[in-house]
Amino acid sequence: MAIKQISIFVENKPGRLAKITSLLAENSVDIRALSIADTTDYGILRLIVSDPEKAEKVLKEAKMTVSITHVLGIGIPDVPGGFSVAIKTLADAGISVEYAYAFITPDAGKAYVIIRVEDNDAAKKALKDANITVIEQDEIFI
Amino acid sequence: MENYFNKEIETAPREYIKAKQSARLIKMVHNAYNNVEFYKNKFDEIGLSPSDIKSIDDISKLPFTVKQDLRDTYPFGMFAVPKEELVRVHASSGTTGKQTVVGYTQKDIDIWSECASRSLSAASCTKSDYVQVSYGYGLFTGGLGLHYGVETLGATVIPASSGNTKRQIQILQDFGINILACTPSYAMFIGETIKEMGIDPKTLPLRAGIFGAEAWSENMRKEIEKSLNIKAYDIYGLSEIAGPGVAYECSEQSGMHICEDYFYPEIIDPETLQPLPDGSYGELVFTCIGKEALPLVRYRTRDIAKLTREKCSCGRTLIKMSKPRGRSDDMLVIRGVNVFPSQVEHVIIELGMQPNYQIIVERKNNMDMMTVCIEMSSEMFSDSVRKIEETERKIEMAVQSTLSVSAKIHLVEPQSLPRSEGKAVRVIDKREI
Repeated sequence: MAIKQISIFVENKPGRLAKITSLLAENSVDIRALSIADTTDYGILRLIVSDPEKAEKVLKEAKMTVSITHVLGIGIPDVPGGFSVAIKTLADAGISVEYAYAFITPDAGKAYVIIRVEDNDAAKKALKDANITVIEQDEIFI
Repeated sequence: MENYFNKEIETAPREYIKAKQSARLIKMVHNAYNNVEFYKNKFDEIGLSPSDIKSIDDISKLPFTVKQDLRDTYPFGMFAVPKEELVRVHASSGTTGKQTVVGYTQKDIDIWSECASRSLSAASCTKSDYVQVSYGYGLFTGGLGLHYGVETLGATVIPASSGNTKRQIQILQDFGINILACTPSYAMFIGETIKEMGIDPKTLPLRAGIFGAEAWSENMRKEIEKSLNIKAYDIYGLSEIAGPGVAYECSEQSGMHICEDYFYPEIIDPETLQPLPDGSYGELVFTCIGKEALPLVRYRTRDIAKLTREKCSCGRTLIKMSKPRGRSDDMLVIRGVNVFPSQVEHVIIELGMQPNYQIIVERKNNMDMMTVCIEMSSEMFSDSVRKIEETERKIEMAVQSTLSVSAKIHLVEPQSLPRSEGKAVRVIDKREI
């Protein structure tokens, strides 16, 4: 099982992010993590939310381009080198990371990193073999 | 002293021109009827026999020809001569990826070259001048049309083609060019680059310029004349009729003399298709009375202009047309290239995308810039920037190869493009010409 990320196409013009976030708020969808990939003309907003299916539905109803992407979540100790070990493991297994973003959990001393790779199963196996925690959807919202 | 290439014709009395036109029309109508199936069918349909055409005054009895007819008979269906008689073929982009193909016999090339020579002479060109042709060479008629005109006149042609502006300027300086031929927007750009390079245009031997293939204003003329220290002349043409040289400006610079001994002009109301009197604006129609390979009958150019037979101070008696002031269809001219919105639509559909698009044309630094806004759809979307950029590049390349002009692709949110009364607004032309 991977984590479901909501990806949204956002044109670079004022008020777009406000519209998306208020739609989610009105529908009681909680945002746990986000990242924005930006280009000159547009951005891709990536969200980890409490109810991805609901988020997809309300955004689609608002005529937005939305997709659900399966990404991997890794739990790493919040100490120097924590992320480095995980990333090196993937590099050694020949897995390249398209993008990544991190967020902190309510648990003290732990950080989560979302990564996007081509082959989730291969990445998951490599990480597990190296004793790195791979988290599931339901572990993010506790 | 006015400079003529063919004074006998260019200053001929009206009756003389009319007699020539009548004789040529009669010959041409027979050629079209006997050798082009399309015209035979069209004449038969309305019960018209070529022998019903006895003089140029009978021209309004003839049926019209439109661009679609050339597409329907693509590529060579409208040619009236066997293959061995053809010496050249040019083409311009069409609406659905299909090009408009035109062919020439040696005589057709000679006529066209003569018309280009007349245009050059009217712009003061003589045998002792160096002429730099900075129109694109190739399927587009601009480059080769002027090129043969210069050679026929006996002046010296420098076939620079378009692009590489610094090198163009170096040639202007080092070769001592007297006359420049290119699109007006490119002339503006050369003028600006000369200024940026700190070159005083007064130090150049450049004296005149012949600019056409796109719309330009009197303000642009003043700007070009100042920045290049020249006299700027307009030239008109379209490949279906011949190419550049169908009509040209003289020293009076108040409209273009039409080579009406070869290309007979009419102005019609584009709605009722009825001929309009001199002085009224309407759609310009040409009949290629002198041509062998492509004897187009009453071809609708879609350009809106007016005709005048008033006496011209240059001494020419050939009828004059105004600068076209618009189109009766949705064709855009971008950097001299004809673009139809439906071509862009075709490209998008071919790529399996929804044709929700809008074309924005602007003029930045005197260069036409085309942007195609396309609404993002779930099929095109990805969470990865790299993949979306690949899609953009794919569209860019397809547009470039179909239209022969580059466009920037701008992806926008679904249903964000303006629609007026449910109908999409396909083109926003912000150019102030």
